[in-house]
Amino acid sequence: MGLDSGDTAWILAATALVLLMTPGVGLFYGGMVRRKNALSTISLSFLALAIVSVQWVLFGYTLSFGSDVNGVIGGLEYTGLAGIGLEETGTIPHLGFVAFQLTFAAITLAILVSGMAERVRLSSFILFGFLWTTLVYDPLAHWVWGGGWLAELGALDFAGGTVVHISSGFSALAIAFVIGRRAGFGEHSMEPHSIPMTLIGSALLWFGWFGFNAGSALQANGLAANALIVTNTAASAGAIAWLLASWYHGKPSSLGMVSGAIAGLVAITPAAGFVDPLASIAIGAVAGIICYSAMLFRIGKGWDESLDAWAVHGIGGLWGAIATGIFAKESVGEYSGLIYGNVEQFIAQIIAAGSALVYAFAVTLILAKIIDMTVGLRVSEEEEYVGLDISQHGEKAYA
Amino acid sequence: MITAVVRPERFERVMEELENEGYIALTATEVKGRGEQKGIKLQFRGRTMEVDLLDKMKIEIVVDENEVDRVIETITSAARTGKIGDGRIFVIPVEKSVRIRTGEIIS
Repeated sequence: MGLDSGDTAWILAATALVLLMTPGVGLFYGGMVRRKNALSTISLSFLALAIVSVQWVLFGYTLSFGSDVNGVIGGLEYTGLAGIGLEETGTIPHLGFVAFQLTFAAITLAILVSGMAERVRLSSFILFGFLWTTLVYDPLAHWVWGGGWLAELGALDFAGGTVVHISSGFSALAIAFVIGRRAGFGEHSMEPHSIPMTLIGSALLWFGWFGFNAGSALQANGLAANALIVTNTAASAGAIAWLLASWYHGKPSSLGMVSGAIAGLVAITPAAGFVDPLASIAIGAVAGIICYSAMLFRIGKGWDESLDAWAVHGIGGLWGAIATGIFAKESVGEYSGLIYGNVEQFIAQIIAAGSALVYAFAVTLILAKIIDMTVGLRVSEEEEYVGLDISQHGEKAYA
Repeated sequence: MITAVVRPERFERVMEELENEGYIALTATEVKGRGEQKGIKLQFRGRTMEVDLLDKMKIEIVVDENEVDRVIETITSAARTGKIGDGRIFVIPVEKSVRIRTGEIIS
Protein backbone atom coordinates (compact mmCIF):
# COMPACT_ATOMS: atom_id res chain seq x y z
CA MET A 1 0.00 0.00 0.00
CA GLY A 2 2.79 2.41 0.85
CA LEU A 3 2.96 5.20 3.37
CA ASP A 4 0.24 7.83 3.23
CA SER A 5 1.20 11.18 4.72
CA GLY A 6 -2.42 12.17 5.47
CA ASP A 7 -3.05 8.94 7.38
CA THR A 8 0.25 9.30 9.20
CA ALA A 9 -0.47 12.87 10.26
CA TRP A 10 -3.89 11.86 11.56
CA ILE A 11 -2.60 8.90 13.58
CA LEU A 12 0.15 11.00 15.18
CA ALA A 13 -2.43 13.65 16.11
CA ALA A 14 -4.91 11.01 17.33
CA THR A 15 -2.18 9.50 19.52
CA ALA A 16 -1.73 12.86 21.23
CA LEU A 17 -5.51 13.19 21.63
CA VAL A 18 -5.85 9.81 23.33
CA LEU A 19 -2.80 10.46 25.49
CA LEU A 20 -4.51 13.50 26.99
CA MET A 21 -7.40 11.29 28.10
CA THR A 22 -5.28 9.58 30.78
CA PRO A 23 -4.63 12.76 32.82
CA GLY A 24 -8.26 13.55 31.91
CA VAL A 25 -9.39 10.44 33.78
CA GLY A 26 -7.25 11.68 36.68
CA LEU A 27 -9.11 14.99 36.83
CA PHE A 28 -12.47 13.26 36.28
CA TYR A 29 -11.78 11.00 39.28
CA GLY A 30 -9.87 13.64 41.25
CA GLY A 31 -12.91 15.87 41.54
CA MET A 32 -15.04 13.00 42.84
CA VAL A 33 -12.88 12.10 45.83
CA ARG A 34 -12.54 13.93 49.10
CA ARG A 35 -10.17 16.87 49.30
CA LYS A 36 -7.54 14.90 51.24
CA ASN A 37 -7.13 12.41 48.37
CA ALA A 38 -7.30 14.74 45.36
CA LEU A 39 -3.60 14.72 44.48
CA SER A 40 -3.23 11.01 45.02
CA THR A 41 -6.13 10.24 42.69
CA ILE A 42 -4.81 12.46 39.90
CA SER A 43 -1.26 11.17 40.40
CA LEU A 44 -2.31 7.56 40.00
CA SER A 45 -3.47 8.34 36.45
CA PHE A 46 -0.16 9.95 35.54
CA LEU A 47 1.59 7.00 37.13
CA ALA A 48 -0.50 4.57 35.08
CA LEU A 49 0.61 6.40 31.95
CA ALA A 50 4.27 6.22 32.98
CA ILE A 51 4.22 2.54 34.03
CA VAL A 52 2.44 1.35 30.91
CA SER A 53 4.58 3.49 28.58
CA VAL A 54 7.76 1.78 29.77
CA GLN A 55 6.20 -1.70 29.93
CA TRP A 56 4.77 -1.27 26.41
CA VAL A 57 8.17 -0.57 24.86
CA LEU A 58 9.85 -3.39 26.77
CA PHE A 59 7.36 -6.20 26.10
CA GLY A 60 3.75 -5.00 26.24
CA TYR A 61 3.56 -4.32 22.53
CA THR A 62 5.04 -7.63 21.51
CA LEU A 63 2.75 -9.58 23.88
CA SER A 64 -0.24 -7.81 22.31
CA PHE A 65 0.75 -7.55 18.65
CA GLY A 66 3.59 -10.02 18.12
CA SER A 67 2.93 -13.01 15.85
CA ASP A 68 0.11 -15.11 17.24
CA VAL A 69 0.92 -18.01 19.60
CA ASN A 70 -2.04 -20.43 19.76
CA GLY A 71 -4.54 -17.58 19.67
CA VAL A 72 -3.81 -16.50 23.24
CA ILE A 73 -0.75 -14.24 23.26
CA GLY A 74 1.67 -12.43 20.95
CA GLY A 75 5.18 -13.76 20.27
CA LEU A 76 8.33 -12.08 21.55
CA GLU A 77 9.86 -10.86 18.28
CA TYR A 78 9.19 -7.18 19.07
CA THR A 79 10.68 -7.27 22.60
CA GLY A 80 12.14 -3.83 23.23
CA LEU A 81 10.52 -2.87 19.91
CA ALA A 82 13.32 -4.80 18.20
CA GLY A 83 13.10 -4.92 14.45
CA ILE A 84 10.58 -2.12 14.19
CA GLY A 85 12.31 0.40 12.02
CA LEU A 86 10.86 3.34 10.19
CA GLU A 87 8.87 1.13 7.80
CA GLU A 88 5.13 1.32 7.50
CA THR A 89 2.41 -1.11 8.43
CA GLY A 90 -0.57 -0.51 6.17
CA THR A 91 -0.32 3.17 5.28
CA ILE A 92 1.18 4.46 8.55
CA PRO A 93 4.60 4.00 10.20
CA HIS A 94 4.76 0.88 12.37
CA LEU A 95 6.09 3.03 15.25
CA GLY A 96 3.04 5.28 14.90
CA PHE A 97 0.84 2.22 15.39
CA VAL A 98 2.91 1.21 18.44
CA ALA A 99 2.46 4.67 19.98
CA PHE A 100 -1.25 4.87 19.17
CA GLN A 101 -1.92 1.48 20.78
CA LEU A 102 0.17 2.43 23.81
CA THR A 103 -2.22 5.23 24.73
CA PHE A 104 -5.08 2.71 24.93
CA ALA A 105 -3.15 0.44 27.28
CA ALA A 106 -2.31 3.43 29.50
CA ILE A 107 -5.84 4.75 29.92
CA THR A 108 -7.17 1.27 30.70
CA LEU A 109 -4.97 1.03 33.78
CA ALA A 110 -5.93 4.60 34.79
CA ILE A 111 -9.65 3.70 34.72
CA LEU A 112 -8.97 0.92 37.27
CA VAL A 113 -8.05 3.48 39.93
CA SER A 114 -11.79 3.78 40.59
CA GLY A 115 -11.89 0.48 42.48
CA MET A 116 -9.13 1.40 44.94
CA ALA A 117 -9.36 5.19 45.17
CA GLU A 118 -8.70 6.84 48.53
CA ARG A 119 -7.16 3.70 50.07
CA VAL A 120 -4.51 2.10 47.85
CA ARG A 121 -0.86 2.12 48.83
CA LEU A 122 1.24 3.85 46.18
CA SER A 123 3.98 1.19 46.02
CA SER A 124 1.40 -1.59 45.71
CA PHE A 125 -0.32 0.27 42.88
CA ILE A 126 2.96 0.39 40.94
CA LEU A 127 3.47 -3.35 41.35
CA PHE A 128 -0.17 -4.15 40.65
CA GLY A 129 -0.33 -1.86 37.61
CA PHE A 130 2.74 -3.39 36.03
CA LEU A 131 1.45 -6.95 36.51
CA TRP A 132 -2.13 -6.11 35.54
CA THR A 133 -1.26 -4.52 32.22
CA THR A 134 0.98 -7.52 31.45
CA LEU A 135 -1.38 -10.30 32.55
CA VAL A 136 -4.78 -8.84 31.73
CA TYR A 137 -4.54 -6.03 29.18
CA ASP A 138 -1.90 -7.47 26.84
CA PRO A 139 -3.59 -10.88 26.37
CA LEU A 140 -7.01 -9.24 25.84
CA ALA A 141 -5.59 -6.80 23.29
CA HIS A 142 -4.06 -9.78 21.51
CA TRP A 143 -7.29 -11.80 21.56
CA VAL A 144 -9.29 -9.02 19.95
CA TRP A 145 -6.84 -6.99 17.84
CA GLY A 146 -3.62 -8.96 17.62
CA GLY A 147 -5.01 -11.92 15.65
CA GLY A 148 -6.00 -13.99 18.71
CA TRP A 149 -8.97 -16.30 19.13
CA LEU A 150 -11.67 -13.62 19.45
CA ALA A 151 -10.49 -12.02 16.21
CA GLU A 152 -10.74 -15.49 14.60
CA LEU A 153 -14.27 -15.81 15.93
CA GLY A 154 -15.23 -12.63 14.08
CA ALA A 155 -16.05 -10.51 17.13
CA LEU A 156 -16.04 -6.79 16.35
CA ASP A 157 -14.44 -4.20 18.62
CA PHE A 158 -13.69 -1.05 16.68
CA ALA A 159 -11.88 1.01 19.31
CA GLY A 160 -11.74 -1.01 22.50
CA GLY A 161 -15.15 -1.48 24.11
CA THR A 162 -14.11 -4.98 25.16
CA VAL A 163 -10.37 -4.56 25.54
CA VAL A 164 -10.44 -1.21 27.34
CA HIS A 165 -13.83 -0.75 28.95
CA ILE A 166 -15.19 -4.20 29.85
CA SER A 167 -11.74 -5.21 31.10
CA SER A 168 -11.14 -2.09 33.22
CA GLY A 169 -14.70 -1.87 34.53
CA PHE A 170 -14.93 -5.45 35.74
CA SER A 171 -11.34 -5.41 37.02
CA ALA A 172 -12.14 -2.32 39.09
CA LEU A 173 -15.01 -4.25 40.67
CA ALA A 174 -12.72 -7.21 41.44
CA ILE A 175 -10.18 -4.90 43.11
CA ALA A 176 -12.88 -3.17 45.12
CA PHE A 177 -13.93 -6.57 46.49
CA VAL A 178 -10.36 -7.45 47.48
CA ILE A 179 -9.27 -4.10 48.95
CA GLY A 180 -12.56 -3.56 50.82
CA ARG A 181 -14.69 -0.52 51.47
CA ARG A 182 -13.31 2.86 52.45
CA ALA A 183 -13.41 3.53 56.19
CA GLY A 184 -16.79 5.05 57.00
CA PHE A 185 -18.40 4.04 53.69
CA GLY A 186 -22.15 3.93 54.19
CA GLU A 187 -21.90 5.65 57.59
CA HIS A 188 -21.33 9.21 56.43
CA SER A 189 -21.49 10.88 53.05
CA MET A 190 -18.34 11.13 50.93
CA GLU A 191 -19.22 13.98 48.65
CA PRO A 192 -17.14 14.92 45.60
CA HIS A 193 -14.79 17.71 46.65
CA SER A 194 -14.77 19.52 43.27
CA ILE A 195 -17.39 18.84 40.63
CA PRO A 196 -15.90 21.53 38.34
CA MET A 197 -12.66 19.52 38.30
CA THR A 198 -14.66 16.46 37.25
CA LEU A 199 -16.30 18.50 34.49
CA ILE A 200 -12.87 19.58 33.21
CA GLY A 201 -11.77 15.95 33.21
CA SER A 202 -14.91 15.03 31.25
CA ALA A 203 -14.19 17.75 28.71
CA LEU A 204 -10.71 16.31 28.14
CA LEU A 205 -12.15 12.81 27.82
CA TRP A 206 -14.83 13.84 25.34
CA PHE A 207 -12.23 15.76 23.30
CA GLY A 208 -9.67 12.94 23.40
CA TRP A 209 -12.29 10.36 22.48
CA PHE A 210 -12.30 11.70 18.92
CA GLY A 211 -8.74 10.40 18.67
CA PHE A 212 -9.72 7.19 20.44
CA ASN A 213 -12.54 6.28 18.05
CA ALA A 214 -11.86 8.18 14.83
CA GLY A 215 -8.15 7.34 15.13
CA SER A 216 -9.04 3.66 15.30
CA ALA A 217 -9.93 3.81 11.59
CA LEU A 218 -6.10 3.99 11.24
CA GLN A 219 -6.72 6.12 8.16
CA ALA A 220 -7.86 9.67 7.51
CA ASN A 221 -10.98 8.76 5.58
CA GLY A 222 -14.76 8.55 5.62
CA LEU A 223 -14.76 5.78 8.20
CA ALA A 224 -12.84 8.06 10.57
CA ALA A 225 -15.38 10.82 9.99
CA ASN A 226 -18.23 8.36 10.64
CA ALA A 227 -16.56 7.32 13.90
CA LEU A 228 -16.20 10.96 14.92
CA ILE A 229 -19.81 11.92 14.34
CA VAL A 230 -21.27 8.80 16.02
CA THR A 231 -18.93 9.36 18.97
CA ASN A 232 -20.15 12.88 19.54
CA THR A 233 -23.78 11.90 19.03
CA ALA A 234 -23.66 8.98 21.46
CA ALA A 235 -21.95 11.13 24.11
CA SER A 236 -24.67 13.73 23.80
CA ALA A 237 -27.51 11.21 23.89
CA GLY A 238 -25.93 9.60 26.97
CA ALA A 239 -25.58 12.96 28.73
CA ILE A 240 -29.23 13.83 28.12
CA ALA A 241 -30.48 10.36 29.11
CA TRP A 242 -28.62 10.26 32.45
CA LEU A 243 -29.58 13.86 33.18
CA LEU A 244 -33.25 13.06 32.64
CA ALA A 245 -33.00 9.89 34.71
CA SER A 246 -31.45 11.80 37.62
CA TRP A 247 -34.06 14.54 37.17
CA TYR A 248 -36.80 11.96 37.53
CA HIS A 249 -35.26 10.91 40.88
CA GLY A 250 -34.58 14.46 42.08
CA LYS A 251 -32.45 17.28 40.69
CA PRO A 252 -30.78 17.04 37.27
CA SER A 253 -27.20 16.60 38.41
CA SER A 254 -24.23 17.99 36.47
CA LEU A 255 -22.12 15.08 37.66
CA GLY A 256 -24.83 12.79 36.26
CA MET A 257 -24.81 14.65 32.97
CA VAL A 258 -21.09 14.10 32.40
CA SER A 259 -21.27 10.53 33.70
CA GLY A 260 -23.91 9.95 31.04
CA ALA A 261 -21.67 11.47 28.38
CA ILE A 262 -18.87 9.08 29.39
CA ALA A 263 -21.33 6.17 29.38
CA GLY A 264 -22.37 7.10 25.83
CA LEU A 265 -18.73 7.41 24.76
CA VAL A 266 -17.91 4.01 26.24
CA ALA A 267 -20.87 2.33 24.54
CA ILE A 268 -20.14 3.77 21.10
CA THR A 269 -16.46 2.79 21.29
CA PRO A 270 -16.76 -0.78 19.93
CA ALA A 271 -19.44 0.32 17.45
CA ALA A 272 -17.96 3.55 16.08
CA GLY A 273 -16.79 2.06 12.78
CA PHE A 274 -19.85 -0.12 12.22
CA VAL A 275 -23.00 1.92 12.94
CA ASP A 276 -24.61 5.04 11.47
CA PRO A 277 -25.37 8.30 13.35
CA LEU A 278 -29.02 7.44 13.95
CA ALA A 279 -28.11 4.17 15.67
CA SER A 280 -25.63 6.06 17.83
CA ILE A 281 -28.47 8.06 19.40
CA ALA A 282 -30.06 4.81 20.56
CA ILE A 283 -26.73 3.36 21.72
CA GLY A 284 -25.85 6.49 23.73
CA ALA A 285 -29.28 7.00 25.27
CA VAL A 286 -29.62 3.38 26.37
CA ALA A 287 -26.08 3.54 27.79
CA GLY A 288 -27.05 6.57 29.90
CA ILE A 289 -30.04 4.75 31.36
CA ILE A 290 -28.48 1.35 32.03
CA CYS A 291 -25.25 2.77 33.47
CA TYR A 292 -27.30 4.99 35.78
CA SER A 293 -29.30 1.92 36.85
CA ALA A 294 -26.07 -0.04 37.34
CA MET A 295 -24.79 2.72 39.64
CA LEU A 296 -27.99 2.62 41.71
CA PHE A 297 -27.70 -1.18 41.86
CA ARG A 298 -24.08 -0.93 43.08
CA ILE A 299 -24.99 1.59 45.77
CA GLY A 300 -27.92 -0.59 46.83
CA LYS A 301 -25.59 -3.58 47.18
CA GLY A 302 -23.19 -1.54 49.32
CA TRP A 303 -20.27 -2.21 46.94
CA ASP A 304 -17.60 0.46 47.29
CA GLU A 305 -16.44 0.47 43.69
CA SER A 306 -15.86 4.06 44.53
CA LEU A 307 -15.94 6.08 41.30
CA ASP A 308 -18.21 3.82 39.23
CA ALA A 309 -15.83 2.42 36.64
CA TRP A 310 -17.85 -0.78 36.82
CA ALA A 311 -21.20 0.92 36.23
CA VAL A 312 -19.97 3.26 33.49
CA HIS A 313 -17.12 1.39 31.76
CA GLY A 314 -17.98 -2.21 32.61
CA ILE A 315 -21.72 -2.14 31.99
CA GLY A 316 -21.44 0.56 29.30
CA GLY A 317 -18.78 -1.52 27.51
CA LEU A 318 -20.93 -4.64 27.76
CA TRP A 319 -23.89 -2.80 26.26
CA GLY A 320 -21.66 -1.35 23.53
CA ALA A 321 -20.33 -4.78 22.54
CA ILE A 322 -23.87 -6.16 22.32
CA ALA A 323 -25.16 -3.02 20.58
CA THR A 324 -22.48 -3.45 17.92
CA GLY A 325 -23.98 -6.86 17.17
CA ILE A 326 -27.43 -5.31 16.99
CA PHE A 327 -26.88 -2.10 15.00
CA ALA A 328 -23.90 -2.88 12.70
CA LYS A 329 -24.71 -1.71 9.17
CA GLU A 330 -23.04 -3.14 6.10
CA SER A 331 -22.76 0.17 4.26
CA VAL A 332 -20.69 1.63 7.14
CA GLY A 333 -18.26 -1.06 8.19
CA GLU A 334 -18.91 -4.10 5.99
CA TYR A 335 -20.66 -6.05 8.76
CA SER A 336 -24.35 -6.31 9.53
CA GLY A 337 -26.00 -6.87 12.89
CA LEU A 338 -29.16 -8.32 14.36
CA ILE A 339 -31.57 -5.69 13.01
CA TYR A 340 -30.33 -6.56 9.53
CA GLY A 341 -30.88 -10.26 10.24
CA ASN A 342 -27.33 -11.32 11.16
CA VAL A 343 -27.71 -13.45 14.29
CA GLU A 344 -24.19 -14.89 14.10
CA GLN A 345 -22.57 -11.49 14.60
CA PHE A 346 -24.78 -10.88 17.63
CA ILE A 347 -23.72 -14.19 19.17
CA ALA A 348 -20.04 -13.57 18.42
CA GLN A 349 -20.30 -10.23 20.24
CA ILE A 350 -21.82 -11.86 23.31
CA ILE A 351 -19.16 -14.59 23.41
CA ALA A 352 -16.36 -12.02 23.10
CA ALA A 353 -17.76 -9.67 25.73
CA GLY A 354 -18.52 -12.53 28.11
CA SER A 355 -15.10 -14.14 27.85
CA ALA A 356 -13.28 -10.83 28.27
CA LEU A 357 -15.43 -10.07 31.31
CA VAL A 358 -14.74 -13.42 32.97
CA TYR A 359 -11.02 -13.34 32.16
CA ALA A 360 -10.50 -9.78 33.40
CA PHE A 361 -12.54 -10.27 36.58
CA ALA A 362 -10.99 -13.62 37.52
CA VAL A 363 -7.35 -12.77 36.83
CA THR A 364 -7.67 -9.39 38.57
CA LEU A 365 -9.28 -11.01 41.59
CA ILE A 366 -6.42 -13.51 41.92
CA LEU A 367 -3.70 -10.94 41.24
CA ALA A 368 -5.13 -8.44 43.73
CA LYS A 369 -5.52 -11.18 46.34
CA ILE A 370 -1.90 -12.29 45.95
CA ILE A 371 -0.59 -8.72 46.22
CA ASP A 372 -2.85 -8.06 49.19
CA MET A 373 -1.58 -11.15 51.03
CA THR A 374 2.10 -10.47 50.30
CA VAL A 375 2.85 -6.74 50.27
CA GLY A 376 -0.63 -5.43 51.13
CA LEU A 377 -2.79 -3.36 48.82
CA ARG A 378 -4.17 -0.98 51.36
CA VAL A 379 -2.73 1.81 53.50
CA SER A 380 -2.99 1.72 57.31
CA GLU A 381 -6.04 3.05 59.12
CA GLU A 382 -4.22 6.23 60.19
CA GLU A 383 -2.87 6.87 56.69
CA GLU A 384 -6.35 6.53 55.25
CA TYR A 385 -7.73 8.89 57.89
CA VAL A 386 -5.29 11.72 57.19
CA GLY A 387 -5.60 11.08 53.46
CA LEU A 388 -3.34 9.69 50.77
CA ASP A 389 -2.03 13.11 49.67
CA ILE A 390 -0.15 13.57 52.92
CA SER A 391 0.49 9.93 53.77
CA GLN A 392 1.64 8.76 50.31
CA HIS A 393 3.05 11.92 48.74
CA GLY A 394 3.80 14.28 51.66
CA GLU A 395 1.89 16.99 49.79
CA LYS A 396 -1.44 18.73 49.98
CA ALA A 397 -3.74 19.58 47.08
CA TYR A 398 -4.93 22.78 48.72
CA ALA A 399 -2.84 24.80 51.14
CA MET B 1 -23.22 29.00 74.23
CA ILE B 2 -21.90 25.54 73.54
CA THR B 3 -18.88 25.22 71.26
CA ALA B 4 -18.09 21.71 70.09
CA VAL B 5 -15.13 20.65 67.95
CA VAL B 6 -15.91 17.29 66.34
CA ARG B 7 -14.70 14.91 63.67
CA PRO B 8 -15.86 16.09 60.25
CA GLU B 9 -17.18 12.63 59.39
CA ARG B 10 -19.41 12.73 62.48
CA PHE B 11 -20.73 16.24 61.80
CA GLU B 12 -23.78 15.14 59.81
CA ARG B 13 -24.80 12.74 62.54
CA VAL B 14 -24.36 15.41 65.24
CA MET B 15 -26.50 17.86 63.29
CA GLU B 16 -29.17 15.23 62.72
CA GLU B 17 -29.34 14.23 66.38
CA LEU B 18 -29.49 17.88 67.49
CA GLU B 19 -32.36 18.41 65.09
CA ASN B 20 -34.17 15.36 66.48
CA GLU B 21 -33.87 16.92 69.93
CA GLY B 22 -35.33 20.17 68.61
CA TYR B 23 -32.12 22.22 68.34
CA ILE B 24 -32.22 23.56 64.80
CA ALA B 25 -30.26 26.84 64.94
CA LEU B 26 -26.48 26.53 64.89
CA THR B 27 -23.32 27.87 63.29
CA ALA B 28 -20.77 25.48 61.78
CA THR B 29 -17.21 26.22 60.67
CA GLU B 30 -14.51 24.07 59.04
CA VAL B 31 -11.45 24.31 61.27
CA LYS B 32 -8.11 22.63 61.84
CA GLY B 33 -6.86 21.64 65.22
CA ARG B 34 -4.80 19.34 67.35
CA GLY B 35 -5.15 17.72 70.73
CA GLU B 36 -2.57 16.79 73.33
CA GLN B 37 -1.34 13.87 71.19
CA LYS B 38 -0.27 16.38 68.50
CA GLY B 39 -2.25 14.87 65.66
CA ILE B 40 -1.35 11.59 64.04
CA LYS B 41 2.11 10.13 63.60
CA LEU B 42 2.76 8.07 60.49
CA GLN B 43 5.63 5.56 60.29
CA PHE B 44 7.74 5.44 57.15
CA ARG B 45 10.50 2.83 57.17
CA GLY B 46 11.55 3.88 60.67
CA ARG B 47 11.11 7.59 59.95
CA THR B 48 8.15 9.32 61.59
CA MET B 49 6.03 11.94 59.94
CA GLU B 50 3.71 14.09 62.01
CA VAL B 51 0.42 15.31 60.69
CA ASP B 52 -0.29 17.64 63.55
CA LEU B 53 -3.25 19.73 62.36
CA LEU B 54 -6.28 17.66 61.45
CA ASP B 55 -9.56 18.76 59.87
CA LYS B 56 -12.40 19.27 62.36
CA MET B 57 -15.83 20.85 62.37
CA LYS B 58 -16.69 23.49 64.96
CA ILE B 59 -20.33 23.84 65.98
CA GLU B 60 -21.65 26.80 67.95
CA ILE B 61 -25.11 26.61 69.44
CA VAL B 62 -26.87 28.94 71.89
CA VAL B 63 -29.44 27.44 74.28
CA ASP B 64 -31.05 28.11 77.65
CA GLU B 65 -28.96 27.21 80.66
CA ASN B 66 -31.21 24.33 81.72
CA GLU B 67 -30.85 22.68 78.32
CA VAL B 68 -27.05 22.71 78.25
CA ASP B 69 -26.61 19.19 79.62
CA ARG B 70 -29.05 17.73 77.14
CA VAL B 71 -27.22 19.35 74.22
CA ILE B 72 -23.85 18.17 75.53
CA GLU B 73 -25.16 14.65 75.87
CA THR B 74 -26.61 14.71 72.36
CA ILE B 75 -23.39 15.96 70.81
CA THR B 76 -21.23 13.56 72.82
CA SER B 77 -23.19 10.47 71.92
CA ALA B 78 -23.35 11.40 68.24
CA ALA B 79 -19.69 12.39 67.91
CA ARG B 80 -17.97 9.70 69.98
CA THR B 81 -15.98 6.94 68.31
CA GLY B 82 -13.94 6.10 71.42
CA LYS B 83 -10.67 6.78 69.63
CA ILE B 84 -8.24 9.67 70.09
CA GLY B 85 -9.40 12.71 68.16
CA ASP B 86 -13.10 12.75 69.03
CA GLY B 87 -12.88 16.44 69.98
CA ARG B 88 -13.95 18.75 72.80
CA ILE B 89 -16.98 20.67 74.05
CA PHE B 90 -16.79 24.08 75.79
CA VAL B 91 -19.63 25.97 77.49
CA ILE B 92 -19.46 29.77 77.63
CA PRO B 93 -22.01 32.25 79.08
CA VAL B 94 -23.73 34.59 76.59
CA GLU B 95 -24.25 38.21 77.72
CA LYS B 96 -26.70 39.30 75.09
CA SER B 97 -28.34 37.87 71.98
CA VAL B 98 -29.87 40.12 69.31
CA ARG B 99 -31.98 39.14 66.33
CA ILE B 100 -30.70 41.41 63.53
CA ARG B 101 -33.88 41.41 61.43
CA THR B 102 -36.00 42.90 64.20
CA GLY B 103 -33.48 44.33 66.61
CA GLU B 104 -35.20 42.29 69.31
CA ILE B 105 -33.14 41.22 72.30
CA ILE B 106 -33.59 37.54 73.03
CA SER B 107 -33.32 36.60 76.66
